[in-house]
Amino acid sequence: MTAKTLIRIEGLTKRFGDFVAVDDVSLEIGEGEFFALLGPSGCGKTTLLRMLAGLEMPSEGRILIDGADMSRVPPNKRPVNMVFQSYAVFPHMSVKDNVAYGLKVDGVPAKQREARVYDALALVKLEDFAERKPDQLSGGQRQRVALARALVKRPKVLLLDEPLSALDAKLREAMRFELAQIQDKVGVTFVMVTHDQDEALAMAGRCALMQKGVLQQVATPSDLYEYPNNRFVADFIGSINLFEGRLAVDEPDHAVIQCPALDTPIYVDHGVTGASGATVWAGIRPEKIDMVPRHGEARPDRDGASAGHNLAAGQIRNSAYLGSETVYEVALAGGTIVKVLRSNTRRYEERGFDDGDAVWLSWHARSPVVLLS
Amino acid sequence: MTLRTRSREAKGPLDYARNWPLRIWIALVLVFLYAPLACLVAFSFNESRRNIVWTGFTFDWYGTVFGDDELITAFVNSLTIAALSTLASVVLGALVAVALWRFRFPFKPVFDGLVALPIVVPEICMGVSMLVFFSRVVPWPTDLPWPLDLGAIVIAHISFSFPFVAVIVRARLASFNRELEEAAKDLGAGEFRAFIDVLVPHMRPALIAGALLAFTLSLDDFVITFFTSGPDTVTFPVKVYSMVRFSVTPEVNAASTLLMAVTVVLTLIGLKMQGKDVAKMGNG
Repeated sequence: MTAKTLIRIEGLTKRFGDFVAVDDVSLEIGEGEFFALLGPSGCGKTTLLRMLAGLEMPSEGRILIDGADMSRVPPNKRPVNMVFQSYAVFPHMSVKDNVAYGLKVDGVPAKQREARVYDALALVKLEDFAERKPDQLSGGQRQRVALARALVKRPKVLLLDEPLSALDAKLREAMRFELAQIQDKVGVTFVMVTHDQDEALAMAGRCALMQKGVLQQVATPSDLYEYPNNRFVADFIGSINLFEGRLAVDEPDHAVIQCPALDTPIYVDHGVTGASGATVWAGIRPEKIDMVPRHGEARPDRDGASAGHNLAAGQIRNSAYLGSETVYEVALAGGTIVKVLRSNTRRYEERGFDDGDAVWLSWHARSPVVLLS
Repeated sequence: MTLRTRSREAKGPLDYARNWPLRIWIALVLVFLYAPLACLVAFSFNESRRNIVWTGFTFDWYGTVFGDDELITAFVNSLTIAALSTLASVVLGALVAVALWRFRFPFKPVFDGLVALPIVVPEICMGVSMLVFFSRVVPWPTDLPWPLDLGAIVIAHISFSFPFVAVIVRARLASFNRELEEAAKDLGAGEFRAFIDVLVPHMRPALIAGALLAFTLSLDDFVITFFTSGPDTVTFPVKVYSMVRFSVTPEVNAASTLLMAVTVVLTLIGLKMQGKDVAKMGNG
């Protein structure tokens, strides 16, 4: 975290009857950060966001914004504004009136209001649509209205609830960059809720991954991907092959994991701080697995770590061509399916692999992540 | 040209209007619905005192209507009562709808049922109960100046109109996006401001429809009014009834035609206002 802490969440819990939506979450978000709350639907991320907005009151814990306790402050008295999932653009008001609404309620004089409204509309490139009614706008434009309407109030924090989920794929991608740009320009702290990991990884400076109301990991996108804390995080962010095994060797500079599903043990080039003999999981990302054709029993030569590790024989069961890459499902001798991803770097490449091909799978000693839970 | 080409096309499965038996059926329905009304209007222009034989065209009966002070008083009474009870019913009905839609409270289903009760209770029972209520429980003074003397009738009309408003408004509220209200609060509006700025505009078409219904219900009502009106507080339907007791003259026809015209015009205005609104409120 670079700047000073703007939002401090302390032991925040929200219960709906017996259901615990948010379970003892503590979190700090820095000033000017683009922070993403990520998780599957029903994980409590939206409830957390709504508590930041003041639309839900916490059952326990505190929310401090810029040092002030906001836990019991109603939404209209918080230095926080929100872009709703449905955008919630007022249908009976023109674009201009929508954007001006917050200022009008605050009693900002008409002249000042006008100038600020046009600045906000310029920021989201909607100057030419000021007089339109929301039903004359596309989904993307309506979202811009919602964005301008929230930003015009110059909040300390802007909350975004699934901001891109209702847009089509192309627009979503363009909007990702634009949102990041706008955030750069206005310098407001953005807190975004999303269930889409690509969105979070692409836009956010830091992400918090939640499941069942519990915070699983808070990290930068690359750390979240490369160094997940546990199996849930590893599995949720991108795709991963998980092998359950026993920690056979655990030295400071290397570790060996015996996996029943694999012919050879997994060798990792770093130590694991787990009790030797304990059950652990080794995760290997599909793009970090090497695949070569297998002829007979001769094992391919491997560089790096000792031979006899990190190697598995298999047969391609299935493949999915995705344009820029192809995902292969390789069945190992024991029946375990391993996903392997190859980039299609060339067109009409000499035919890569076919379903049914016998292959060797291997990986570098640096590639696996060892998970204790 | 286009018409001819179309008629030669094969009949589609949903082209009911091109089906002969169905066309006759529709024609019959229209005749049964509108023939009596058409006769009423036609005979209001009949020269004869009797409503049976057509003898010639005249506007005289309309003159008689406007010359009949009692009838005019009754008409003004009816409009006043309708206006007052509509106003009150819309406010009350909308508040009931919002309360039922928004809040959870003990005995809510009971309250919900009780609100709808005036819709299903036979009018005659309502009428008798109102008579008893206003003569025994809360006697409404008879010597009040106009329009306070209409109070009992207005209250009776409110009691049977506001449930209709509540039902209509509640149906409309079902399509309200709660995020709109939250957005208003998020942008700095308090409870009341958010209600006025966001919820009321959403309810508008239903408020207009409810007002229209309340107005026509009140204007039309005979049974309940009959039991609550006194000698000085005669409404139009009650007056017409008393006139018909002697004989159905074209004067009654003319008066009824006027009432019909007022109702139709009001309905058209209401529908027009509502149509614009509904189109605008389409997405939210």
